Amino acid sequence: MSAKITAGDMHFKELNRLIRESAESEIIVDDCLGQRYIGSGVSGKHIIINGIPGNALGAYLDGSDITVYGNAQDATGDTMNKGTIVIHGNCGDAPGYGMRDGKIVIKGSAGYRCGIHMKQYMDKIPLVLIGGKVGDFLAEYQAGGRIVVLGIGFEDICPVGSFCGTGMHGGAIYIRTEHMPKSLPAQISIHDADDSDKEAIRADVELYTQSFGGNADELLGSHFYKLIPNSANPYKQLYVNN
Amino acid sequence: MPVNFFPAEFEVVRNADKCIKCRACERQCSNEVHYYDADYDKMLSKDSSCVDCQRCVCLCPTGALKIRPNENAFRKSANYTQQLMIENYRQAGTGAVLLSSMGTPKDYPIYWDKILINASQVTNPSIDPLREPMETKVFLGKKPSGIKKNPDGSINTEMTPYLELNTPIMFSAMSYGSISKNAHESLARAATELGTYYNTGEGGLHKDFYKYGPNTIVQVASGRFGVFKDYLDAGAAIEIKMGQGAKPGIGGHLPGAKIREDVSKTRMIPMGTDAISPAPHHDIYSIEDLRQLIFSLKEASEYKKPVIVKIAAVHNVAAIASGIARSGADIIAIDGFRGGTGAAPTRIRDNVGIPIELALAAVDQRLRDEGIRNEVSIVAAGSVRSASDCVKAIALGADAVYIATPTLLAMGCHLCRSCHAGKCNWGIATQRPDLVKRLNPDVGAQRLVNLVHAWDHEIKEIMGGMGINSVESLRGNRLMLRGIGLSQKELDILGILHAGE
Ligand code: SF4
Ligand code: SF4
Repeated sequence: MSAKITAGDMHFKELNRLIRESAESEIIVDDCLGQRYIGSGVSGKHIIINGIPGNALGAYLDGSDITVYGNAQDATGDTMNKGTIVIHGNCGDAPGYGMRDGKIVIKGSAGYRCGIHMKQYMDKIPLVLIGGKVGDFLAEYQAGGRIVVLGIGFEDICPVGSFCGTGMHGGAIYIRTEHMPKSLPAQISIHDADDSDKEAIRADVELYTQSFGGNADELLGSHFYKLIPNSANPYKQLYVNN
Repeated sequence: MPVNFFPAEFEVVRNADKCIKCRACERQCSNEVHYYDADYDKMLSKDSSCVDCQRCVCLCPTGALKIRPNENAFRKSANYTQQLMIENYRQAGTGAVLLSSMGTPKDYPIYWDKILINASQVTNPSIDPLREPMETKVFLGKKPSGIKKNPDGSINTEMTPYLELNTPIMFSAMSYGSISKNAHESLARAATELGTYYNTGEGGLHKDFYKYGPNTIVQVASGRFGVFKDYLDAGAAIEIKMGQGAKPGIGGHLPGAKIREDVSKTRMIPMGTDAISPAPHHDIYSIEDLRQLIFSLKEASEYKKPVIVKIAAVHNVAAIASGIARSGADIIAIDGFRGGTGAAPTRIRDNVGIPIELALAAVDQRLRDEGIRNEVSIVAAGSVRSASDCVKAIALGADAVYIATPTLLAMGCHLCRSCHAGKCNWGIATQRPDLVKRLNPDVGAQRLVNLVHAWDHEIKEIMGGMGINSVESLRGNRLMLRGIGLSQKELDILGILHAGE
């Protein structure tokens, strides 16, 4: 059974209380008009949003699934711990900040600072998957997990902005493009993805095509760059005891 | 062999008549200063490794040891001090940034010591705390600005979440990772027994300590280490760390070598990788963004817990605090620049930020002027060293104080300022199991309880002397303070008169 809530101009506090307290595991939010913090820390539910959720959608998400039929805004999946957020549209800045596990799958493009400080721990390996392009500062301070940028529709340009991977010290970034990203910092290395790299993201790409259509083999047939950090201890030589 | 440009900072002085060669000092020293030479049948020492932590001195059974500053002196200059020269040698040798720990040792003005407290004489008699009830209980959080009535005429008694403290003293944030598990356990148990709170710092919460949750403040910093739903649910309050007094404007960095198994589990990151907390929260560029983080935390914790925003005391702290008071935060913690740290670049620690006394007075005044003082409680931190400092802080406008260095002292710290090396001989700022076990949490907790009980009693005594019987009536009561040897500008900022006025 599923519950239906018409958000309209309801205050976010009220909407989120209704979602939290709902006995149903599936909740459909209609006419969502920018209400913030939907699904904050919620576990064990599937929240379907028709409309535009506000900032910090699914912050600290702890094992729920969220599907958005519309665009999402800033700070989606902040410090997310578990679960899946699927966005049938574009996404604003900083999705997946400090994310530890779970998946954020964006059909279109995303803004600045995607996947900042994503981490991983034992079997927890988060994923941010972007169908289109992203802005500057992708994966700043990334400490773990995978970021995949498919660049669909942006084949003529590099689909990531400047300063990608600054301070990165873990995890990996995969970018489907022929164009090398600009102004990469010294502490990351860039490789042409080989077959085993592509196998490593096959399930991710299939998740994308299952969610939004398209052909995974075709996408994986294109050229990908893989970016990884040179060191897990980037600041080792920086200090002297005083 | 390359020339060493500077001598050992300390000199180990061993009284040969007293030394019985028991080698206790050798076993106790993680810096491997002491050693036994069989050929000479003598205890010797490698002075250059000594950090003056005093562990050997305290444990030598015959009192044979003294650690002294090395009296060897470079040619004196008030401008290029010996310390400055050594620092330049160190950097010329390594090309690296100087790293230090604990609060700055530099000779900056300490305003606590330039403020005197009032006492009653003749009129408005003083109160004897041994005979009369004195209230040191405080509540932290938003205070209602008026009485609200329900539609049926009854009084609305709904309150926003708050913290209840039996004494206006809480333990400031120190992460598991920067300090040991036994140190954390001592703090957690003492806070529970005292009816106050300790603070996890940004390193997450060890699974063994969830049971102390009702007396725990859980911190959320830019690195978000160990932050997840259960962690947010575990604490009595959630603190967003925007800054730290000892190192305003820069982030934290726990080297991979300190991320051993247990710390790795608690922070939820792999062993051996650096734990980097970026300087800013990269999703916070405005008060509006801060509001967003506050409310996402409130939503995730279902509005059951107050949210604290901790900032470093910097030049425009009053304006910043005013913004925070309007951002939905329940409590603002202000951390002065003399506060301690487990590791900070020396130049930042010694040069950035402002004293807590001035910051606190400025913030309290600003919030009063703007009529929003009731919107938040203020916690003062960053070198609150004694009960009298507490009283002065409260009279300057604090609702409560955070202490950290005094808690370390209670557990045995001798302020050697080498926490960043990770080899603390007192079992505090280390993760080495052989060192950690030197700190017995039963003893640590008891000594912390003793310390705070003693301070609490002193606070009551000082308040009683002023004829004040509760912290509530002392708060912001600047008429109880007078400055000594301060300029008019300093007095104006502190909002107090000069002694004799
Ligand atoms: S602990 Fe004291 S008595 Fe024992 S060897 Fe060291 S200096 Fe000598
Ligand atoms: S905690 Fe330990 S290392 Fe740090 S100053 Fe105190 S005694 Fe020294």
